Amino acid sequence: MSGKRPDRRRVLAGAAGTVLTVALRPAEAAPLPRTETTESAIRRFAGSNAIRQGRVTLDLPPLVENGNTVPLGVNVESPMTPADHVRRIGVFNERNPQPNVVTVHLRPEAGRAQVSTRIRLADSQRITAIAEMSDGTYWSASADAIVTLAACLEG
Amino acid sequence: MPHSVMVKPPLVLAALLLSGLPAGAGGIAPADRRSGFDHMSQEIRSMQGDDAANPGMLAVADGAELWAASPASGKPSCAGCHGAAEVGMRGVAARYPAWDARDSRPIDLQGRIEQCRRDRQGAPALPHESSELLALTAFVALQSRGAPIAPPDDARLDPARVEGRALFEGRMGQLGLSCANCHDDNWGRRLGAALIPQGQPTGYPLYRLEWQGLGSLQRRLRNCLTGMRADPFAYDAPEYVALELYLATRAAPLPVETPAVRP
Amino acid sequence: MARALINLPKTAKPGDVVTIKTLLSHPMETGFRPGPDGRILPRNIVTEFVCHFEGDEVFRAELYPASAANPYLTFTWVATRSGSFTFTWRGDNGFDQTETAVIAVS
Repeated sequence: MSGKRPDRRRVLAGAAGTVLTVALRPAEAAPLPRTETTESAIRRFAGSNAIRQGRVTLDLPPLVENGNTVPLGVNVESPMTPADHVRRIGVFNERNPQPNVVTVHLRPEAGRAQVSTRIRLADSQRITAIAEMSDGTYWSASADAIVTLAACLEG
Repeated sequence: MPHSVMVKPPLVLAALLLSGLPAGAGGIAPADRRSGFDHMSQEIRSMQGDDAANPGMLAVADGAELWAASPASGKPSCAGCHGAAEVGMRGVAARYPAWDARDSRPIDLQGRIEQCRRDRQGAPALPHESSELLALTAFVALQSRGAPIAPPDDARLDPARVEGRALFEGRMGQLGLSCANCHDDNWGRRLGAALIPQGQPTGYPLYRLEWQGLGSLQRRLRNCLTGMRADPFAYDAPEYVALELYLATRAAPLPVETPAVRP
Repeated sequence: MARALINLPKTAKPGDVVTIKTLLSHPMETGFRPGPDGRILPRNIVTEFVCHFEGDEVFRAELYPASAANPYLTFTWVATRSGSFTFTWRGDNGFDQTETAVIAVS
């Protein structure tokens, strides 16, 4: 690599290095060290309550071009009335260093339990969204995403 | 240490002229020209298509503010001379790189903006890839969004156009690859998991997910050169302007997409 | 002040479910990533986003390093009456920014 590495603006771009790689990270690659297990984070969110599958829809692209910015949508079936609404939605990952992705708090005034955001995926993995209802029940859905890497990584 | 196996442009220029190949006509047949937009997932296309969601629009908003800001020198703001950008800059970016009469050389849009700022506004130079210069360039280029790319048919640009084509088609770097190997001969196929695009410069400056920010065509070209294990040229090297001029000719009449979003 | 883009309709009819889109310029540095010198860059993220309408909380989000740079959040609101929204982002290093927008409901 030549001596052309002074650009401070590239600090955020990550480590220097020239690589032409063909890389689909193998599924057996070890996950990054974690601050907490996913299960523990889910327990902190839902307590000892049972979590049922259903009522939650996760929109996550199955094949991700770049794990830095992945669109995520969550929709929960709910009339969103004061008597019957979604209170919180917790989103969790399995292979990032930290298990939480985002937690949203909703009011009946939302009209719908429909949120979207963009997340980081460190690796191919499963994302789980858990909704807490106003009646104290918990519902969940999961989706898997495969994260591919670019062929020519930035130097 | 990687050593780029670059053929010197004057030799290639002579060879190309002697071979009778028309300068600037190479690349992909006009009917087959496709933006990298077409290769992306629906999700990323939606990100680009919605101005409320496109992260490049954050920089455009900064650029709009810079356009109206009066420099410390007391000289006019951009708006002071050019008026509302929506009017004064309409279609301008689509016609770059252009001929710079003052310095007798081709100049890219970023270079022209910098030149104007330094000479007419007495403003200090903005470093390359600085957020301000990118924001201003993105804002100006946005005013050409949807316009067909149409670099000027100016004979003074021809030598640079030919040089740009030579750079694109010449083998370089440790791997002995040329840009054309992938982007002319194998676009649409896969290199590993990544789909090879045509390498069209339609949306610059663009928000690249890999950068988590906005960047220029020069930055992207530097990435490519590094990835090919060739020495990237220094920022603002004339080679980049020559390459961009050839790329723009090769892209015509694809529409400007700035600010594009790409993985 | 970080650049913020907020998108919501200027007008609505009572009962309309309006989608509000927010986008903030922020690096969301995770605290897990090494810089060019190999040392881990310190965490610098937005940790909370909250939206109020006329003083009442409408939507709140807790963000983590897993949120992408330049955080994008969309949510919905049932139009009831005209008024002002405030949008507040808070985070590491004392980050604290509020934007406002109005809607006319009739």
